[in-house]
Amino acid sequence: MARAVSNKTKIINTVVGGTIGFLIFFPILWIFIVSFKTEEDAIRAPMEVLFSSGWTLDSFAAVQARADYLKHFFNSVIISVGSTLLGLVIAIPAAWSMAFVPTKNTKNVLMWMLSTKMLPPVGVLIPIYLLFRDLGILDSRIGLTIVLMLINLPIIIWMLYTYFKEIPSEILEAARMDGANLREEVLYVLTPMAVPGIASTVLLSIILAWNESFWTIILTSAKAAPLTAFINSFSSPEGLFYAKLSAASIMAIAPILIMGWFSQKQLVRGLTFGAVK
Amino acid sequence: MATKASSASARLMISPAVLLLFMWMIVPLAMTLYFSFLRYNLLQPGDNPFVGWENYYWFVTDPSFKDAMFNTLILVGGVLAITTIGGVILALLLDRPMFGTGIIRIMVIAPFFVMPTVSGLVWKNLFMNPVNGIFGYLSTVFGFEPIDFFGQIPLVSIIFIVSWMWLPFATLILLTAMQSLDQEQLEAAEMDGANWMNRFLFIMLPHLARAITVVILIQTIFLLSVFAEILVTTNGGPGTSTTTLTYLIYVSSLFQFDVGMGSAGGVIAIILANIVAIFLMRMIGKNLDA
Amino acid sequence: MGRITLKQVQKKFGDVEVIPPLDLEIKDGEFVVFVGPSGCGKSTLLRLIAGLEDTTSGNIEIDDEDATGLPPAKRGLAMVFQSYALYPHMSVRKNIAFPMRMAKIPKEEQDRKIEAAAKALNLTDYLDRKPGQLSGGQRQRVAIGRAIVREPAAFLFDEPLSNLDAALRVGMRLEISELHKRLDTTMVYVTHDQVEAMTMADKIVVLQAGVIEQVGSPLDLYRAPKNKFVAGFIGSPKMNLIEGAAASKHNTHTIGIRPEHIEVSTKSGDWKGTVGVSEHLGSDTFLHVNVDGFAEPITVRISGDIELKYGDSIYLTPIAEQLHKFDDQGQRV
Repeated sequence: MARAVSNKTKIINTVVGGTIGFLIFFPILWIFIVSFKTEEDAIRAPMEVLFSSGWTLDSFAAVQARADYLKHFFNSVIISVGSTLLGLVIAIPAAWSMAFVPTKNTKNVLMWMLSTKMLPPVGVLIPIYLLFRDLGILDSRIGLTIVLMLINLPIIIWMLYTYFKEIPSEILEAARMDGANLREEVLYVLTPMAVPGIASTVLLSIILAWNESFWTIILTSAKAAPLTAFINSFSSPEGLFYAKLSAASIMAIAPILIMGWFSQKQLVRGLTFGAVK
Repeated sequence: MATKASSASARLMISPAVLLLFMWMIVPLAMTLYFSFLRYNLLQPGDNPFVGWENYYWFVTDPSFKDAMFNTLILVGGVLAITTIGGVILALLLDRPMFGTGIIRIMVIAPFFVMPTVSGLVWKNLFMNPVNGIFGYLSTVFGFEPIDFFGQIPLVSIIFIVSWMWLPFATLILLTAMQSLDQEQLEAAEMDGANWMNRFLFIMLPHLARAITVVILIQTIFLLSVFAEILVTTNGGPGTSTTTLTYLIYVSSLFQFDVGMGSAGGVIAIILANIVAIFLMRMIGKNLDA
Repeated sequence: MGRITLKQVQKKFGDVEVIPPLDLEIKDGEFVVFVGPSGCGKSTLLRLIAGLEDTTSGNIEIDDEDATGLPPAKRGLAMVFQSYALYPHMSVRKNIAFPMRMAKIPKEEQDRKIEAAAKALNLTDYLDRKPGQLSGGQRQRVAIGRAIVREPAAFLFDEPLSNLDAALRVGMRLEISELHKRLDTTMVYVTHDQVEAMTMADKIVVLQAGVIEQVGSPLDLYRAPKNKFVAGFIGSPKMNLIEGAAASKHNTHTIGIRPEHIEVSTKSGDWKGTVGVSEHLGSDTFLHVNVDGFAEPITVRISGDIELKYGDSIYLTPIAEQLHKFDDQGQRV
């Protein structure tokens, strides 16, 4: 609204919005708090947890000691970043050619690629599982990286395509008029203009890979398990475990929360396949 | 840049992607289809004879199938209802002028970025546990009997958790769509004498209709495959009360090791997802033309 | 330097022939304007000369050398785009330097030329800003600067003033004309605005549906339009075209008379009519007169001092020497 809104209205809106936001966000806040408590303190009444118990890093240490948390963390990093980079290598040429040398089939190819993302994983659960078993890549980071790359490839291609399309072709023509050959055009004009788009795509892809909770659980056990699977092991705990669960959880979700904040726009672009502007 | 030399190299550049996705889709799909017609159980080595529709028959007539379909329907429907209606309300709210919009947005968006396994476990233990959870504590403070969420209302509990995760998604999309609404249209309506409710019903809602449809379609596709939240909280139980189609297939395949049945189930899941996908692809296609 | 010859140049997009085979000669140092309604092919023609589109058939020669197969970079031309097409991630300085960088010109010479261009275009204060921080007119000048430093055989302008507001447009028109006088380089300029065409061109090429309707100096086109289309396109307000009885009196199918060539009287004249809407511009007034027996109202220009009201009776007499005659095919007689 371009009209001046009274401060009173703004304050009311803020209170309502803030309350709802706080309620929604509360669970995340809560595990952050509990992760700094001892197990005995963690199950006390909330107000006591908050105010009258001490803060400690014990839970973080315990998580690391018991289950080598760092290893799983690195697994997550490797498969998220790995699948993203692998995806980029394949997606950039594909998106480039679809955006700049479109044919009458381009739209169909793009739509088909997006449709592969709509395949329910259970539909191919058995063949993939058997295939991985026979190839010896069950519980391997390589195997997971490949699967995650294939899952996210449609989205990576789609996002790069939309970003490339936004580069005005007149600017590329101007480069050609200015005497640039193809290599110079791509290097000095196209790439700098595409970098923000590529960065956004990388962000979204890492987020999606990090949080993927089907293949990463089913195709791994001890060696290659990333954080998603590791957290799963807390579902059958021994003894008090809230603080440890919280510590493990916070470490697992913190990087993504931060990255996620920066990629809201990309989220809309990438996951609605352009059906919403 | 429509010169001839580029067309050949363009095809070359797309081919790895097309090839990979084709293999990723077609080969496993074909195998699933093939397996679904065999009697093939990993626990019973030996012949895997072709048995036609037998697997499908047993899969569909198994009582857990009916439960699974029912649960899937309830889960998807419930989450859709909560996230869509909640999303519209939140989008309306966040669209208003207020202080600290940035922070409030972050708080509302955050749950979407929490991995499903964390989500499930945190809600189940820190909040919904009748003894140690916060909900339990609040109930006793107000004098009520704590609800054993996963014992008494397991499916509803899962719906709640999944909705918590997807509400930000719906809100974000609807908010984006809402902010693309031309302010001048609303102002014109106001000059024409429309009050807030009229403006909402006749201008905002139709504008949002497209975005709402997209939200529903996309969420449906992803919700059909909800898995981790069920795995870490209930393992499909008690009994089959939280077993969805996806979970049922998982159990058939990897616990009962019945490749044949699991594959049949997989084919059914694919057909279901395809129905939704067709509608979604039509919408995307229309947009690509624009 | 700067002679451009088009020989039987044809352009098809798929099966659609956008420009039928066409011949045109542009002399060295000429300011040639391609003008015509939307979709007439003027931009396409410009892009064919630039090399941004390939000809379907025909030859393009630049300085008597066949350039038809050459990519844009090798034709020695410079283009100013409608949207300016500045590189958003580079400063003004780097934008202007870019073509010289591509031509591997030594750094000191680059700097010299940038300073010179900046001075000529009033950009010295903005050299380190990025395009996003400039106004429309400033961006326009950066685009021109980038073209100048290429020292091209000819400049190509694709509707460069369309994105500017009216006042700015008038100013830039003068600047571009002055630039032409100073540099004495061929300029090929595309516009849909006939005022720009008339005021800037040495030679105007009027296009319709890919076909050249007429080529000539502005005054040639004004005084002797070859057909009804050119007659109606050049000159504002449009020439009045009259068919029927009034035309048969002059033994033709259609007669044309410009608003400024009609005499007005309240007492007597060739055509009797009633005053309709009048547009007062201060210096001139344009009356729209409903003449008895004419299908369309006639536009007449009178001096601003005379006051006539809606509904007044009026007599119009066209000046005989300024009457244009067209046959039933629309061609000049």
